[in-house]
Amino acid sequence: MLVGNRAKYLGIVVGLTFASLLITQQSAIFVGLMTRTFGFLTDTALPDIWVMDPKVQYIDDLKPLKETESLRVRSVQGVAWAVPLYKGLLKARLPNGTFQTCNVIGLDDETLIGGPPRMLQGQMADLRRSDAVIVDVVGARGKLASILPDGRRVPMKIGDTMELNDHRAVVVGICQVQRTFQSQPVVYTTFSRATTFSPRERKQMSFVLVKAKPGQDLQTLCRRIRKETGLAAYTRDEFKKITISYYRKYTGIPINFGTTVVLGFIVGIAIAGQTFYNFTLDNLRYFGTLKAMGASDFMLLRMILLQATMVGGIGYGLGVGAASAFGLLSGHTELSFRLPWQLLAFSAIAIMLICAISAALSMWKVIRLEPAVVFKS
Amino acid sequence: MPNTDNIAVHCKGVTKTYGSGSTRVHALGGVDLEVHTGELMMLVGPSGSGKTTLISVIAGVLDRDGGECLVFGHDFKSMNHHEKTRYRGQNIGFVFQMFNLIPTLTAAENVAVPLIISGAKRREAIDRARDILCRVGLSDRTNSLPPELSGGQQQRVAIARAMLHNPKLIVCDEPTSALDHETGYRVMELLREVAVGVDRAFIVVTHDARIFQFADRIAKMDDGYIIGVESLNRNSSDNKKM
Repeated sequence: MLVGNRAKYLGIVVGLTFASLLITQQSAIFVGLMTRTFGFLTDTALPDIWVMDPKVQYIDDLKPLKETESLRVRSVQGVAWAVPLYKGLLKARLPNGTFQTCNVIGLDDETLIGGPPRMLQGQMADLRRSDAVIVDVVGARGKLASILPDGRRVPMKIGDTMELNDHRAVVVGICQVQRTFQSQPVVYTTFSRATTFSPRERKQMSFVLVKAKPGQDLQTLCRRIRKETGLAAYTRDEFKKITISYYRKYTGIPINFGTTVVLGFIVGIAIAGQTFYNFTLDNLRYFGTLKAMGASDFMLLRMILLQATMVGGIGYGLGVGAASAFGLLSGHTELSFRLPWQLLAFSAIAIMLICAISAALSMWKVIRLEPAVVFKS
Repeated sequence: MPNTDNIAVHCKGVTKTYGSGSTRVHALGGVDLEVHTGELMMLVGPSGSGKTTLISVIAGVLDRDGGECLVFGHDFKSMNHHEKTRYRGQNIGFVFQMFNLIPTLTAAENVAVPLIISGAKRREAIDRARDILCRVGLSDRTNSLPPELSGGQQQRVAIARAMLHNPKLIVCDEPTSALDHETGYRVMELLREVAVGVDRAFIVVTHDARIFQFADRIAKMDDGYIIGVESLNRNSSDNKKM
């Protein structure tokens, strides 16, 4: 019946498509942003456990430790190895004189553990060369690029130099890392060089990266490290959760995106619900006819549900398709967009809910419908 | 004269009131009526006389307030909602003033609806629908949508739909009022020819005097009462006032 009225049919499909697009796209951007908050943790996959000051609330909340803490952690039973990691924001002076804040990562001098997951140019071992740094490709092409007088951007390349806190740094490699929440260029160097670059402080180590011995239970080891060192110790997944939790709790990001998602939901219900209800009112005569001819309420409800499911499926498909296309097209931009299957399921449930609410309004009308209405001309 | 042993519909003191308090309207004040199998009974009377309310009660689409109303010995009031719906689906056919054909279904699909509701397979229902559409002279329009059909053709589809599941009682509400005189006449001829049978009762609500000649009996209603039943001998001019 619904397809017979093209205007209403299209109205519902457009409403549901819009709702699905809004819910999926905004949620995907939210998930993308949240993923960026722990991007560095994802990149640093080798260690099992991250040890830090107990007051640290998230990955970028840096509360330096004494370097000797890494030795204490190393002595805990069950630890295979423990290496220091420096993480800090330092100002880089570029060849053209401009300044750019960079996220500097200092890796253990001997092992270089904690390095970038993928090298595009150069090698990790090149970090052992004098003044060597590795920069991430997005930073090299973007904020660290030189701008020629004619406006063209020249990406930073191997051999280029810059100054980090008045210290010379030479680019020896280009790497690929996950984009971070703050979108600063990422600069890798050795721990000792990073502490040279950074302003002089008594404590300069940000984290101790720990690998557990084979067969060691990570939770037990975390408890043991906490007990014996007085420091906080989390598995990588725990630290990710803590980081996300901080951003959820202390930033307005979830509220902002949540508001848009709720708005999409309300718009969906308003458009689809109203149009679906109007469609039912328009066809009440036919529902009454079917009822008079012996169609049970259950049969009519199935008809309504089938039609709601049909338009819901089409609207959902179009909306998710449009959101995916948006994600693909924005893949090379700064926009964060991540569409895991859980989000597709969330969006599907939201659209199903919209359809169910829309259909419920109509169902109520049809259930209450007296079949005698068919004799009213 | 119909056989009084074959009573299809038996109404005794049927009452129905709409609204309450000062807006209370007595649609049926206590109707006594019997309709027999094999006959075409017409209910006639002015607007508001209770014709539509009476066939709604008889067809089981409206609950009466009081009195007794049996359809082939069954009382809708003693049935629950589900039983009532099923009984209607199996035993009663409907023809409506505005045809009420679902516009997105073809003529054959519309006709097949009662059988599909009863649980028949779609293919089988459509095949039977095509057969009955041939009987009402629409063999070439089985795949047409209602908007592509004339008023007379749509009413013939509606008649075919009412007959498909071979109901014992067919109720028609103003079947000719949306048709011109000639088309209405043909529709009534068709109804008499294909729908009226010895084992089936037929009730037609109308105020179209031009089709009275097709009735076996005419019950005149006014103000919620049957004020007289006229028996027509369709083969002679001997009409009997009851």
